[in-house]
This record gives sequence, C-alpha cells and structure tokens, in this order.
Amino acid sequence: MDSVFIIEKSAIIVAVFALTMLMAMYSTWAERKVAAFLQDRVGPNRAGWGGLLQPLADGAKLFTKEEFFPNTPNKFLFILGPFIAMSTALITSAVIPWGDKIHVFGKDVLLQATDIDVSVLYVFGVLSIGVYGIMIGAWASNNKYSLMSAVRASSQMISYEVAMGLAMISILMMSGSLSLKEITVMQANDGWNIFYQPLAFIIFLICSFAETNRTPFDLAECESELIGGYHTEYSSMKMGFYLFAEYANMFISSAILSVVFLGGYHFPGMDWVNANWGINIGAILGFLALFAKICFFIFFYMWVRWTIPRFRYDQLMHLGWKILIPLAVINIIITGIVMVLFK
Amino acid sequence: MSVQQISLSGRKIEVSNKEMTFLERIYLWTILKGLWTTLKHLFRRKVTIKYPEETRTMSPVYRGQHMLMRDDEGRERCTACGLCALSCPAEAITMKAAERKPEEKHLYREEKYAEIYEINMLRCIFCGLCEEACPKEAIYLTKSKKIVQANYEREDFIYGKDKLVMPLEMAIKNTQSNKVN
Repeated sequence: MDSVFIIEKSAIIVAVFALTMLMAMYSTWAERKVAAFLQDRVGPNRAGWGGLLQPLADGAKLFTKEEFFPNTPNKFLFILGPFIAMSTALITSAVIPWGDKIHVFGKDVLLQATDIDVSVLYVFGVLSIGVYGIMIGAWASNNKYSLMSAVRASSQMISYEVAMGLAMISILMMSGSLSLKEITVMQANDGWNIFYQPLAFIIFLICSFAETNRTPFDLAECESELIGGYHTEYSSMKMGFYLFAEYANMFISSAILSVVFLGGYHFPGMDWVNANWGINIGAILGFLALFAKICFFIFFYMWVRWTIPRFRYDQLMHLGWKILIPLAVINIIITGIVMVLFK
Repeated sequence: MSVQQISLSGRKIEVSNKEMTFLERIYLWTILKGLWTTLKHLFRRKVTIKYPEETRTMSPVYRGQHMLMRDDEGRERCTACGLCALSCPAEAITMKAAERKPEEKHLYREEKYAEIYEINMLRCIFCGLCEEACPKEAIYLTKSKKIVQANYEREDFIYGKDKLVMPLEMAIKNTQSNKVN
C-alpha cells in the first residue's frame, strides 16, 4: 500500500466528510427557509445575507448551552446515544460514488471513498445501526416519553427496512451487482432506474421518509404527544448531534436515492462531454449533476413535510406491512417475469 | 334556493361521506395535488412585514400611545380637570394640577394646567374612554401612530408629559397645514 493511495483516499474522505457536514448545516437553514416560503413567510434573514450565517449562530448557541444530565444511572449510554447517531449518519457516505474518474497529477482518481462490492448491504447495515443511537439515548434518558419515542422509532424502522430492502432487490436483479458504482454505470449505459422501476422508486422513497424520521412518519418526535421525542432530555451539543444526525441522514438518503434511481453522477450527454471536453470536466459536471439531484431530494423532503400531516401509528404500520411489502414483492415478481421474457 | 344551500361567505363546501374513488384511495394522486398547492405558495408574495425596517400602516382608528394635544398656537389643551382619570377603567392615569402664571400664557391654553400627567402603560387597556371623556379634546390615542414600546423596568412604563405631549414640530406642522386649508 503506497502512501500516494493513502493521501488520495484521505483527501476524498475529508472532502466527503466536510461536504456531509456542510450540507447538514445548510439543510437546517434550508429547512427553515423552505418552511417559511411554503407558508408565505420570509424565514431567517438577520444573520448574514438571506440568513446564511444562521447555522453558525445556531451552532454557537448549542455549543454554549448548559450540559444537562438527567438523573439517570446510564450516564455512559446517555453520551453514547448521540455519538452512535452521528457516526452512523456520517459513515454511510463512504460508499457513495460522487463522480467518475478524474485525471490529476498523472493519476486516475476515483471520486469515491471506497468502492466495496457489497456497498448496498453496507448502507442497509449502517442504516439499521442508526436506530441504536435513538434507542440507547432514549433508554438512558430515563424518561417515559423518550422511551416511547424510541419504541416507535425502532418499530417503524424495522417495518420499513423490510419494504425498503425488497424494493432494492428488484434493482439488484437488474444490475446484478451490489456495488453502487456498478449500479450507476449500469444506469449510465441503459437509462435511469426510475424509468424501469417506478414502483420500486415510490416504495423506496416512502421508506426513506420513514427511515429518516421525517414527516409524515415523524412519530418518534411528534411534539404534541411525546414532547421532543427521543431527545427530550438532551441539551447542548448532544442535542445538536441528534439534530445534525437527522439532517446528515437526510442528505445521505437523498444521495442514495439519487444514485440508485436517478443515475447518480450520470447526466444526459455525459459520454459526449467526456469525449470532447475531457474526463475531468465530465467528472466535475457529473458531481454537480449528482449534487443537484441530492438538493432536489432534500427540497422534496422539506416540501412534503409542509404538505402531508403526520400519520397515525396504526396507519403507519398498516401502510408498511400491508401495502408496501406486498407491493414490493409483486414488483420483484414482475421484474423477474419481465427479465425472463426479454432476455 | 333553499336555506341550506345559501353560503354567505361563498366558500361553503358540502361534507360528504361518499366512498372514495380508486384514485383517491391509492392516495398518491391526492398527495401530488397537495404538493402542487404547497408549491404554488412557494412563489406567492410574502406577507411578512420586516418590522424594524418596515412598519405597518396604522388604521386611522388604531388606538396606540396617547398624545396630549396642542392647539393651533402650540399651547397645551389639557386643563387637568381629571375626567380622563375618573373615566379610566384601569385607573392608569394620574395628574397634578397647577395654576398658570401670567407669563405662561403662551404655554397653556386654560388657566389651570397639568403640572404632572402620568399614564401607566402597563395598566392602560387602550380602551379610549379617556379620549371620550375629555371635554377639551386634549387626549387622543389615535394621533401618535405609535405602539407603546417594550421595556425592562416597570418604572419605565410610567409615561410622563415628556413622552405624552405632542412634539412642537408636529404642532407647527399642523398649524401650517391648517392655515393653508
């Protein structure tokens, strides 16, 4: 293992980390801005131009808040909760292909932290660990509302992971690979998955709303019933980590949606750009295309938040188990039949 | 047209429990319609008034901070009769009367004037009964076009004559515009 390789990978990892943090930060700003605009308001506009410094102000505020510990026997777990939530939210981005190869310093550099051949499994695995952050933190809070919220969050995540995985299987049947890079390349050659698998896309989209605990499935933190949900007892930066993890999750799930269904860094005319303008410009444009898709999905999350009211708990379970899972299974069967017929 | 069908607001919507159609039951189409509604709001004109930079135009009958009026010659109209204090349901007004000296004729219109005139803005309910009670048309809630500002100390809410009496510039302006008319 040569040092150039380590430097190259470290640079990419740091860049991805910084990008995730930056996006999570500015998602909080965008959330408030979009919420305001959808309600005919203006939103934050005091800190910096258009309120652009608002996330910094929020961060400074959270840092300087009192570090409060509830009367709990599990101080260690109480600290571990936001730590797990934050780390799982951040490590998912390792397998996302941010762009094609670029040619710098006489070397081909792949814009991806690591291209492991089971990246889809990796993503699902890390997503499942994510619920431990909520569960452990809420359990250690020693608060009944937190615990109820954690119970809701975990049952919701378990239910929707099944449908999500089944929707993913139909994609994997088409690509024949578990690598996100391969899935992107396949889409670049054959066309985006959303056109072949619209049903899988809708199921995956709904499930990712549930997985990120966003409205209409934000039962884990519904204020009217559970105060703040799992982070009721949290304050200061631990609270900040939970909120941050939520937005980082949103960014990552938008990225996965874009990569799996909207062709990742592929954009119409990519081959032409690569052939005529060079692969570097192609890769940069590809990254921008992926970024635009991610931004669209983040906007979509916020847009839906202010459109659809929260589901009732039984409706949530009904939708997950009785509608989405059968639909996903039917989708797999149809995909299989079509693949056999047309190959 | 029967009484049941009349809609005074013109926005009456009949509630019905009819079976949902297939399109409504799969829910996605209705969600798309909802998304379209919210998307339209994204581009709508914002109703927010950015307060310190912009202020709302006040209604001509908006009752805000009181103003003790001056007449055309710039003299204070108040004669400290105490009717405003008497009429005040919140007992927010106190005053101390004094006799006008001969050299003060240009300052006060009547022979008696209010040496101290204080309104406790925390007590005041802005009902406007003082305005109605005043026989000299000396106190108005509609003229200052000001809202009573927030403050930190209770004492700071007791407004004396320094804050209540009409500023001289305003009196001069009023007199000039009256002359033109």
